Amino acid sequence: MISKVVTLQQAVAEHIHNGDSVVLGACLEPMIPFAVSYEIVRQHKTGLNIIAPISDISSDILIGAGAVNTITGAWVGNVSEGLGHNYRRAMEQNIPHPVTLVDHSNFSLGMALLAAAYGMPFAPNKSLLGSDILTSNPQFDVINNPLTDTEDPIVLIPPLTPDVAVLPVQRADRYGGTHFWGNTGLLQEAALASQKILVLTEEIVDSAVIRSDPNRVLFADFQVCAVVEVQAATHPSPMTGIWQRDTAFFGAYHQRTRTREGFLDWLHEWVLDLPDHAAYCRKLGQQLDDLRIQQQHLSVPVNFADQ
Amino acid sequence: MIIAAAREIHNNEVVFVGMRLPMVAYAVARLTHAPDAVGFFECGVMRHQPAQSLLYTMGDPANQKSAAWLTGTLQLMGMLQAGKVHAGFIGGAQIDRFGNINTSRIGKPGPGFTKLPGSGGAADIAAMSQRLFSIMKHQRRRFVERVDYVTSTGYLDGGDSRQQAGLHHGGTTAVITDLGILRPFGPNHELHLASWHPGITVAQIRQATGWDLQRLPDAEETNAPSKEELQALKKVDPQGFWS
Repeated sequence: MISKVVTLQQAVAEHIHNGDSVVLGACLEPMIPFAVSYEIVRQHKTGLNIIAPISDISSDILIGAGAVNTITGAWVGNVSEGLGHNYRRAMEQNIPHPVTLVDHSNFSLGMALLAAAYGMPFAPNKSLLGSDILTSNPQFDVINNPLTDTEDPIVLIPPLTPDVAVLPVQRADRYGGTHFWGNTGLLQEAALASQKILVLTEEIVDSAVIRSDPNRVLFADFQVCAVVEVQAATHPSPMTGIWQRDTAFFGAYHQRTRTREGFLDWLHEWVLDLPDHAAYCRKLGQQLDDLRIQQQHLSVPVNFADQ
Repeated sequence: MIIAAAREIHNNEVVFVGMRLPMVAYAVARLTHAPDAVGFFECGVMRHQPAQSLLYTMGDPANQKSAAWLTGTLQLMGMLQAGKVHAGFIGGAQIDRFGNINTSRIGKPGPGFTKLPGSGGAADIAAMSQRLFSIMKHQRRRFVERVDYVTSTGYLDGGDSRQQAGLHHGGTTAVITDLGILRPFGPNHELHLASWHPGITVAQIRQATGWDLQRLPDAEETNAPSKEELQALKKVDPQGFWS
């Protein structure tokens, strides 16, 4: 097999194009690939359709930076602080430019990805009945359940096939084999639905490590187009077993981005004026070191022997 | 408010726990009267024991360590849609007299309108839990005659309109606020005042409500928090970040 290892700059330049639909954060609050969000801003990508159920301030940063044309999601804001100021400015005042919202709930977005993942023409859903999400998103349709004679309305959710899913994992081999642990959110549906997967890994390991526990693999290695080794790719969101959440960082962002000028100032300091993610980590310094999970709470090994 | 919310969780129930204050209410319930309640968190966490340290989000490492099950959103939401969740707990920005909740926008798009973060999993939890509880601050601008956007369904236009829309179970059971508790009453399912918290008057609550709020016949003062409940809250949120 051929190594798929590239740098973060190469991966974003080669695999994320202007106008692409990109899954950036599939696990809701943890495991959000901020390193790619920042690199998208540094490479001045535009017109993206960001697919993310929640993704905390990652979506807010990309909107404020002008990279986003469409948000396909269920929630955009700052989870521990509340509202996202850039999202509000874009939706209320078209600053820096108008953004289209393809409104979903977490479940309906997951079902859209599920339909694409399994090649289904639609996924049937009940949870949007009566909600204005149903009427504000023209992609949905409602029919009566054709398998019953009684009145039983169901929502049809069309499949959603992202151009690329950016998925952080704890460890990967050079060929796209991955181990992920923690809550999975919509990760597996996003991975299986997408045209290709860009993997960010905290550590590159030998393929034997991946093969030692194939149950910890959530998607096929051949779907992976690039493997990027990058430390703390999910900061300020947590990475299960390795990095805690930097809640103070979210708080400071909330305060500093209340005005457009404040946001641009923040964006220069933390993204545009830094050459790469390693520089970002160096700038965090002790603040990042303090977030490294120190204790061990190891799972018990499982046996896959065949004789 | 958090303690009053925690009391709505019964022991042995499966509870779908929303973001922010519901996380705290669930943990308080677990530490007091509902030690065997099971918590579902939409990011894909199922827990028996509450997390051992304060949660800022449900995906924090503390909520994953010693979880009963780490899985996907669709597994838990699927069980919710299949009717296996007894109680759902969500927050909200705006609510109306039929318990419909808005977390999407205040006003209509145009000058003066406010964009809110959106549903997350709230719409799903509201539509499909057997019983729904919401927690929010009681203010006239939040408790309105009709929400600007139904993110999460209550009883829609009252009466049987929820059933007519195709939702055959569930609906708001209680709205817990910092002033008191509202519950639906009668065939119309309009929210009525069920109790007022110690030190709060009925007039104060009516003043903070944007419709002509009626009282339940047996409305009474909310029981004051017990020592045990206050200790549990202190344990869950020692610095008062959420409470």
